[in-house]
Amino acid sequence: MGKMKFGEKAKNPKATFLRLMKDVFEGRYALILLIVFCIILSAFATTYSASFIGSFIDDVVIPLKGVDNPDFTKAIQYLCKFALVVAVSIVASFACSYIMVGVAQKAIFDMRIKMFDKLESLPLSYFDKNARGSIMSRFANDTDTLNQLVANGLVQLLTAAMTLVMVLVSMALNSWILLLVVIAFIFITLYVTGLIGKKSGAYFKAQQKALGDVNGYIEEMMNGQRVVKVFTHEEKCKEEFEVLNKDLEKCMAKANTWAGSMGPVNNNLGHLQYVVLVLAGAVAIIARPDIYTIGALAAFLQLSKSFSNNISQISQQANNVLLALAGAERIYKLLDETGEMDDGDVTLVRVKGEGEAMEECKERTGRWAWKVPEKDKTVLVPLKGGVVVDHVDFSYDGEKTVLHDISLYAKPGQKIAFVGSTGAGKTTITNLLNRFYNIQKGTITIDGVDIRRIKLNDLRRSMAMVLQDTNLFTGTVRENIRYGNPQASDDDVIKAAKLANAHEFIMMMKDGYDTVITNNGENLSQGQRQLLSIARAAIADPPIMVLDEATSSIDTHTETLVQSGMDKLMENRTVFVIAHRLSTVRNSNAIMVLENGRIIERGDHEDLLKEKGVYYSLYTGKTELS
Amino acid sequence: MVLEVLMEVLIPAIMAQIIDVGVAEMDMNYILLMSAFLILTALLSLFFGVMGAKFGSDAGAGFSTNLRHDLYSKVQEFSFSDIDRFSPSSLITRLTTDVQRVQQLFTMSIRMFVRSPMMLIFSSIMAFRAGGVLAMIFIIVLPILALAIAIMVKITYSYFNAAFKGYDRFNQVVGENLSGIRTVKAYVREDKEKVKFGESAENIRYNFTKAQKMMAAMSPLMMFVSYGCMIAISYFGAKLVNVGSMDTGSLMSIFTYTGQILSSLMMTGMIVVMYTMTKPSMERVAEVLSSKSSMDENEDGEKVVPDGSISFENVDFGYKEGSKVLKNINLEIKSGEMVGVIGTTGSGKTTLVSLIARLYDTTNGRVKVGGRDVREYNLDALRDSVSVVLQKNTLFSGSVRENLQWGKEDATEEEMKRALDISSALSFVMEKEGGLDYHVEQGGSNFSGGQRQRLCIARALLKSPKILIMDDSTSAVDTKTDRKIRESLRRDVNSMTRIIISQRVSSIEDADKIVIMNAGRIEDVGTHSQLMERNAGYRNLYETQTKGRE
Repeated sequence: MGKMKFGEKAKNPKATFLRLMKDVFEGRYALILLIVFCIILSAFATTYSASFIGSFIDDVVIPLKGVDNPDFTKAIQYLCKFALVVAVSIVASFACSYIMVGVAQKAIFDMRIKMFDKLESLPLSYFDKNARGSIMSRFANDTDTLNQLVANGLVQLLTAAMTLVMVLVSMALNSWILLLVVIAFIFITLYVTGLIGKKSGAYFKAQQKALGDVNGYIEEMMNGQRVVKVFTHEEKCKEEFEVLNKDLEKCMAKANTWAGSMGPVNNNLGHLQYVVLVLAGAVAIIARPDIYTIGALAAFLQLSKSFSNNISQISQQANNVLLALAGAERIYKLLDETGEMDDGDVTLVRVKGEGEAMEECKERTGRWAWKVPEKDKTVLVPLKGGVVVDHVDFSYDGEKTVLHDISLYAKPGQKIAFVGSTGAGKTTITNLLNRFYNIQKGTITIDGVDIRRIKLNDLRRSMAMVLQDTNLFTGTVRENIRYGNPQASDDDVIKAAKLANAHEFIMMMKDGYDTVITNNGENLSQGQRQLLSIARAAIADPPIMVLDEATSSIDTHTETLVQSGMDKLMENRTVFVIAHRLSTVRNSNAIMVLENGRIIERGDHEDLLKEKGVYYSLYTGKTELS
Repeated sequence: MVLEVLMEVLIPAIMAQIIDVGVAEMDMNYILLMSAFLILTALLSLFFGVMGAKFGSDAGAGFSTNLRHDLYSKVQEFSFSDIDRFSPSSLITRLTTDVQRVQQLFTMSIRMFVRSPMMLIFSSIMAFRAGGVLAMIFIIVLPILALAIAIMVKITYSYFNAAFKGYDRFNQVVGENLSGIRTVKAYVREDKEKVKFGESAENIRYNFTKAQKMMAAMSPLMMFVSYGCMIAISYFGAKLVNVGSMDTGSLMSIFTYTGQILSSLMMTGMIVVMYTMTKPSMERVAEVLSSKSSMDENEDGEKVVPDGSISFENVDFGYKEGSKVLKNINLEIKSGEMVGVIGTTGSGKTTLVSLIARLYDTTNGRVKVGGRDVREYNLDALRDSVSVVLQKNTLFSGSVRENLQWGKEDATEEEMKRALDISSALSFVMEKEGGLDYHVEQGGSNFSGGQRQRLCIARALLKSPKILIMDDSTSAVDTKTDRKIRESLRRDVNSMTRIIISQRVSSIEDADKIVIMNAGRIEDVGTHSQLMERNAGYRNLYETQTKGRE
C-alpha cells in the first residue's frame, strides 16, 4: 500500500465515532480525566516553550549583551522554570501514551472477541453471502487501523487541537496583525494541499486498481503455473504480466510524485510565511520600537511554526481518522448482524430408567431424551431419531424457491437415500434438518418435537454430519477426531478411529495420534481425510446421521475402507444419505429421487426399478448425472 | 535531493542574518535584500523538492516494477520441483504482499536515507559554523541518544516479532472457522473455538501492548533530549552572547538546527525499525530470486521429436534425496499405442508419466522419447510434443476460446470444435451463451468438475502432440461419457501415443497395454485379458469395481 489508503470513507462517521468512544471508554471515566489532563499539560508545555525563547532572548540575553561581570541568576531562574514545565509535560505525555496503548489494546482485544462471538453465532446464509477474504480483513486490517486510531491518532489529534488553541491565544496576545498574516497563509496552504491531495488521490485510486490487477494475475497464474509449464506458455505469460506491471509503474510513479510534493510545498510555503512575517515584524519594530521587540518577533516566529505544524498534523490525522472510522463501520456492521434464531425451549438431557420411571440424570448413561416443557409440567421424550418432514418449502433468498412441498419420514433406524443431479436439492434438504437454514413453510419434527422448539445446540448434538469436503483444524489427529465429542477419552478416540478404518493409516504417521495436522490436512489424501471425518462422526455417536458420499476418485483400497467405515457408521441409526454408490442406495429403506427441488419418485430399489422412470434410467446408465 | 536539503539548511542561516543584521540594525534595505534572497532559496528548495519527489517516486515505482518483473520471470524458469518446493501459495505471498512491503520500505527510505544523513551532516556543519563551541553539545548528546534508540528498537523488535507470529495463528483460527463453519456448527463447537480464538487474540494483545508501551517512551525521550539541548544551548548561548562571541540571530538558528538534527536522527531510527520489520519479507523475496532453476532447459537441443515411442531404461527417481518413488523402471511403448496405467495412491503412476515430458529429471537411468534421451531435446520442443493433462488442472479466466488457444495459438474454429467433440465437451460448450466465447471464471469455477476435465482434455488435444498423457483426467466424468471419450480417442487420434492413468479398470481395459504400478515398481504389463488370467490382484480389482454392474 502507498502512504495513504484510499478505501471507502465512513458513511456515518459521527455515529460510528460516538459508538466507538463508548465501547473504548465505557467505565473508564477516571482514565479519561487523567488523559485529558495530560493532554492539556503537554499542549501548554509546547506553547510555553515556543514563547520561551522569545522572552529568554528579550529578558535575559539582550540585557546581558556586552555587560561586564554578568549576573546569570536570572538566566538560571528562567531556565529552571522552563525545565520544570518541560519535565512535567514529558511525564504527562509519556503517561498519556503509556495509558492509551494499554487501553487501545484492551479495547481492540474486546472488540475482536465480540466479533468472533458474533461470527460463531451467525447463520450459514451470512457465510454464503460474504466472501471469506472480506471477513478476514475485518478481523485483521480493520481492527488494526482502529488500534492506530485509539492508541495514537486520538491523543495526537486532541493534543494538536489543544495546542492550536493555546498557540492561537498567545499569538493573538503577542500581535494580532501578525496573526492575520498567519491565518491568511493557513488558507493558502489548505487550498494548495487540497489541490495536490485531490490529484494524488485520483492517482492513488488508479494505483490501487492496477495493483489489484497485478496481484490478481499473479495469484491466478501461480496456481496454474504447472499448466503454464506443460503448455510452454512462459513467454506469453511474461508478456501479459509485463503489460499489467508497466501500467502499475506509471500509476505508482504519478501518485507518489504528487504525494511526495506535498512536503516540499508545505515547507516552502512555511518559509514564505516566515519572510512575510519577518518583513511585517521588522517594519513594526522599526516603526514602534516601544511596543515591538526582537524577542517578541522571535517568539511569534516560533509560535507560528508550531501553529502550522499542528495544522498539518490535524489534517493528516483527520484523514486517518476517517479511514479508521470506515473500518469501524464495517466492524459494527458485522456486530449488528442478527445471529441465528435460537429461542427453543426443548433441551436434550441424559436419562436413566424406562418408560414412566424415566428421569433426568447426570451420569453418562448413553441414553438421552428431549425435555419438553408443557404448560404445567415437563415431559421427557426419549431420543430415538424418528424424523418427519411435512410439506416443506424452502428458499435461500426468499425469492427463488429451491425446495417444493417436500414430505418424507424416517422411522428410527431407517435409511433414506437422496438421488438426483447437481442442484436438485439433495444437500439443501439435509441442511434443513439441523437448521443450518430455516424453512419457510411446513414443519420438520424429531421424535415428534418440532425442530424450531429445540435449542439449536441440542438439535445439532442429536445428529452428526459427514460432509463431502472434510474440514480439518490445525492440531493433532487426536484433537481432530475428538472434535466430534470433547469429553471422549483417548480410548474412545482409538475406538472411533478403528470403526472408521482410520486407525491403520494413523499409526503409519510419524507421531501416530499426536501427528499435527496443518493447513486443512494438506499432507493427507482425500480418502484419509474422509476416514478422519467418519471417525469424528463416530465419536459423536448420535442417533441421526447425515452423510454426503464423496464423488471424487480415491484409490480402490481407500475407497473400500471408506465404504465399510460408512456402512458401520450407518448401523442402528437413522441415516440420511446423499448417495452416489449403488450399494448404499440399494440397502436403503427408501430412495427419494429429486429433480428441481421436488421429489419425483420414491420407494425402495425394487419399486423404483419397476416404475421404469428416472431412477430406472439412472440405474441402467441411460442418463448422465453431472 | 541533496540540493533540496542544502537549501533547507541554508534557510535558517539566512533567517539568522535577517535578524542579526537587518532587524538589529534596523536596516530596511538589508532586510529586503535578504528577504528576496530567502524567497529565491525557498523557490529553489521547492523546485528541488518536487523534482526530488518525482525522481524518488520514479525510482521507487521502477524498483518495484523491476522486482516484480524479475521475480515473475524467475518463476517462469522454475522447474516442477522448484514449484513444489516453494508451493504456489507461498509464491503468491512472495510476489504480492512481500514485494509490496519491500517496495514500501524502499520508497520511504530512498527519501529518508538520503535526506536524513544529509540533513544531519549539513545541519551539524551549519550549527558548528553558527555556534562553534556550542555545537559541542551535540557531540555529547547524539551518541547517547543513538544508543538509547538502538536499545529500544532491539527490545520492541522482539515483541513485534512475537506479535506478528501471533497474527499467523490468529488468521489461521479465523480462516479455519470460516471455511469449516459447517463442521463447527454441526458439532456444536462454537465455545471451544471461542477459547482458541481468545488465546490467539490475547497473545497479540500482550505482545503489542509490550512493544507499543516501549515505543511510547520513544517520543518523550526525544522531547527530553531536545528540551535538554535547548536549555543547555540557552544557558551557554546566553554566556556567549554576553561575551560578544555570538549573535542573537545565530543563537536562534542553532535552535532550528537542533530541531533538524534531532528529527533526522528520529527518521533514521524509524528506518531502522522499518527495516527490521521488513527483513523477513526481503529474505523471502531474495530466496526466490537467488534460487537457480534445477533444470537445464537445453536451448540448443534437438528441436524435432520424430515419433511417439517411449522407453524407460533402468529408471530410478526420488523427489527428495534418499527416498525413491520409482525403482528400476524398464518399459517400452511403441508410437501410436494406447497404454493404461493403474495402481494405488502413491504407487508412482503420476511420477512415472511426469518423466516423459521431463517435468522432473530422473535420478538414475534414462527416459527416451522418439529414440532419444529426453535431455537431448530442447525443453520447449519436447513439451510441445508431449501433452500432459495434469491431475490438478486449471482453467484460466477468459473465454473458452482463449483457454483452448493455450493449446494452439492460431487454432481455427473447426479445429477447436473437433477437439471439443473428441473430449465430449462440444455439446455443453455450445449450450452456453456465446458458445466458444462463453466466459470462464478464474479456476473454471462456473463449470462442473467433469466439464472442466473435458475442457482440459480438449486444450491438450489442440496441441496435436505426438504423445498425450491423461493423468486421471476423467475421474469426475461419469462412466458413460468416459467411455465415449475413450472411443473417440481410439478412433480419431490413433496416431498419437496415448497414456491413460486411472483408478477405474473400466477406463483402461481396452488399452493395447496395461501397466500395473505397485510401490514404485512395475508389477506387471499386459493386455486386459492377459492380466485377468495371470494377475490375481488385477482380477480382484476388476471384480470389486464391476460388482453390481449387471
